[in-house]
Amino acid sequence: VLVSIICSPPQNYPLYIRSVPTENELKFHYTVHTSLDVVDEKISAMGKALVDQRELYLGLLYPTEDYKVYGYVTNSKVKFVMVVDSSNTALRDNEIRSMFRKLHNSYTDIMCNPFYNPGDRIHSRAFDNMVNSMMMQVC
Amino acid sequence: MEQGPAGGATAAAGTGTSSGTGTGSLLLPLSESEQQRYSELFSRYCPPPEAAAGGSSVGELFRASQLPPDTLHQITEVCGAKRVGYFGPAQFYIALKLIAAAQSGFPVRIESIKNELPLPRFMALKNDSEVRYGTPAELHGVKFQVPHATLEKNSYKRTDEGDKQEPKSPPMSPICSPPASPSTYQRIPLSYGYGKSRSGLEQQHGAPYEVRHSTHQQDGPSSGNYGAKPALACSTLNRSLSAEREQQDSSAHCSDDPWRITEEQRDYYINQFRSLQPDLNSFISGSVAKNFFTKSKLPIPELSHIWELSDVDCDGALTLPEFCAAFHLVVARKNGYQLPETLPETLLPEYLQAASLKPMRDCALFDSYSESLPGGQQTRDFSRTEKASAEEVPDNSALLQDAKKDDKQALKVSTALKTIPKEFQHLTVKTAAQESNALKARPRSRSYSSTSIEDAMKKGEEPPTPPPRPQKSHSRASSLDLNKIFQQNTQAVRSGWLPPPPPALPPRPSVSQTEQVSEVELHPQMNRPPAQAEENSSAKKEVVLAQPPSKPARRKLRTEAQGLETPELSPTINVTSSLPAVKPHLPVQKQSSKQKRAIQTAIRKNKEANAVLARLNSELQQQLKEVHKERIALETQLEQLRPVTVL
Repeated sequence: VLVSIICSPPQNYPLYIRSVPTENELKFHYTVHTSLDVVDEKISAMGKALVDQRELYLGLLYPTEDYKVYGYVTNSKVKFVMVVDSSNTALRDNEIRSMFRKLHNSYTDIMCNPFYNPGDRIHSRAFDNMVNSMMMQVC
Repeated sequence: MEQGPAGGATAAAGTGTSSGTGTGSLLLPLSESEQQRYSELFSRYCPPPEAAAGGSSVGELFRASQLPPDTLHQITEVCGAKRVGYFGPAQFYIALKLIAAAQSGFPVRIESIKNELPLPRFMALKNDSEVRYGTPAELHGVKFQVPHATLEKNSYKRTDEGDKQEPKSPPMSPICSPPASPSTYQRIPLSYGYGKSRSGLEQQHGAPYEVRHSTHQQDGPSSGNYGAKPALACSTLNRSLSAEREQQDSSAHCSDDPWRITEEQRDYYINQFRSLQPDLNSFISGSVAKNFFTKSKLPIPELSHIWELSDVDCDGALTLPEFCAAFHLVVARKNGYQLPETLPETLLPEYLQAASLKPMRDCALFDSYSESLPGGQQTRDFSRTEKASAEEVPDNSALLQDAKKDDKQALKVSTALKTIPKEFQHLTVKTAAQESNALKARPRSRSYSSTSIEDAMKKGEEPPTPPPRPQKSHSRASSLDLNKIFQQNTQAVRSGWLPPPPPALPPRPSVSQTEQVSEVELHPQMNRPPAQAEENSSAKKEVVLAQPPSKPARRKLRTEAQGLETPELSPTINVTSSLPAVKPHLPVQKQSSKQKRAIQTAIRKNKEANAVLARLNSELQQQLKEVHKERIALETQLEQLRPVTVL
């Protein structure tokens, strides 16, 4: 089970949500929204420190009953949140990091598209493909 | 398999005798025909990848030789298969040789195989068309590895001739074969490839690879055979490969691939590119391209997808090949083709580059960020030479992505600042050029639906008498030097322009045009309507197209200009109003002539004032642009410096 979501500031509304499998989606949406608070908390905790690449990855936000939530924030405060099943113990931190990096790269590719207005929902097929392949890898 | 005999025959014709005959008494000499035959049989009866020749199939073969069973047993024993437990190539060949010997009446002994023997005859073998070959050629000191080696040489054009020419010959006796059998055993699974490629001399590279590797385990035997065979094989292989390649190319060319850009289309796209960006080696920024393609009236999501497809390096800018690909996709979409999920091979930048595009993309590419980019991590090197080199890697878009991502992560934010002024430089360069021709500006009435010759001609003839400043009433008016564009068009026009203009039609003018031309446009063989019409319509379109890219810049300038102009107007109005005031002061008697003179002077003064104000206007506009540029630079700086953690 894997859910990924991208939220953009300032209102933190989601730009992209994808979950595999697709049942219980609402629960995951709820989880992601609650985790956004944790993300904000972590960001503010950094204070005025310069954020470099390492710190973009926020790590395990908090483990809930049966899944873990990971967070990642970009320099422009676009938040990526990923929810994975706790039973999926095969996922290591490195893999999560690499997944976030891939997400980030694809996101920047989307940004390069002049027809994309920041703040729009993401409909890019390339992005979808990338996310799908990533999720298939995990599940 | 069919080519085998031919290859063998020619090889035989060309071979000199080998030198390594005399060394080992345990050599197993095989003539070429024998080699051929044996390899064929071996390949037939020892199908890989499983173990050695199955006893059953080999037994079948042996039985077909119509030798008495005890002879066969003897043969099996002698060749060493019994000892080894399977029929390796060594065993198989020896067995065949023994069969031939037996069939010729010789005793089944090892010595007998040294004699010249006809090929073993097998009755009732399937596909046994080549039952016998001619008289055995003279014995060469060719070991039976020769087939392997020749095989590999055949496949490989690799001339390890040095190896082959060695007179060294490893002993090839059944006694010695067991030690060698492990290697031969390994080779067995590959024999099918061996057989085929040896006889076929064709394009099997995979199997030959393996055979090659395995054969390397044995010493390269020498033989004059090789000289001819490899050469022949090489040539045939080369021919076949090149034929394949050509075939591929030609087939691709022949097919009516909608994703293939014809020459005329390419020329048209290049001209369009030139209208947006005079330097063909450079690129079009995202915003410019966005405006350009928005004119095509395709829905934004589709344009977004087209961009995604065509901007291969995802840098927010279109190089010439990318631009051609994007334009082509737009055209195709306009004509009803569904957009592909991935960029067709013929639209890849490398492909377009290779297809003898004029642009030289070896120059460094500059970044150009669209303003939509947040001043964040998307930064690029100023000269993306590494990207250019990465792009040169053929057929590896994944590689491009990786290279790009590395770039992204590696670069500093500060370059974004440089890029934005650079982008503005592009615009300012363009607009400056336009500024210099400001006096030639003329209002453009947007009529997308009409592409008639008369309209084109009209607009083409308008430039000579442009009004001094752009009309405020036209939202899309620009001071673009249409005259220059038109001249460019006429110079660049070729007779074969028809196909491109119709494709360009859909994006620009109404869709009604597409129905007319949709059938014809992508077919290179269509008849051309009068060239004049195309030229004009295309010229007009180009003019039309050329305008919008400058639109955003112009709009900004114009609004300011309007702001500037209004105060400018008022002075002139004041001037003119002052003039009438002057008039009543004149004595009534000389009113008429003095009035006339006064009016003339007033007119002259007005004209001078106008000229002065126009000049002032242009200077102020220039200053305004620069100020805008600075402002944007400062704003991005500010954004960078703003603390990230501010929520």
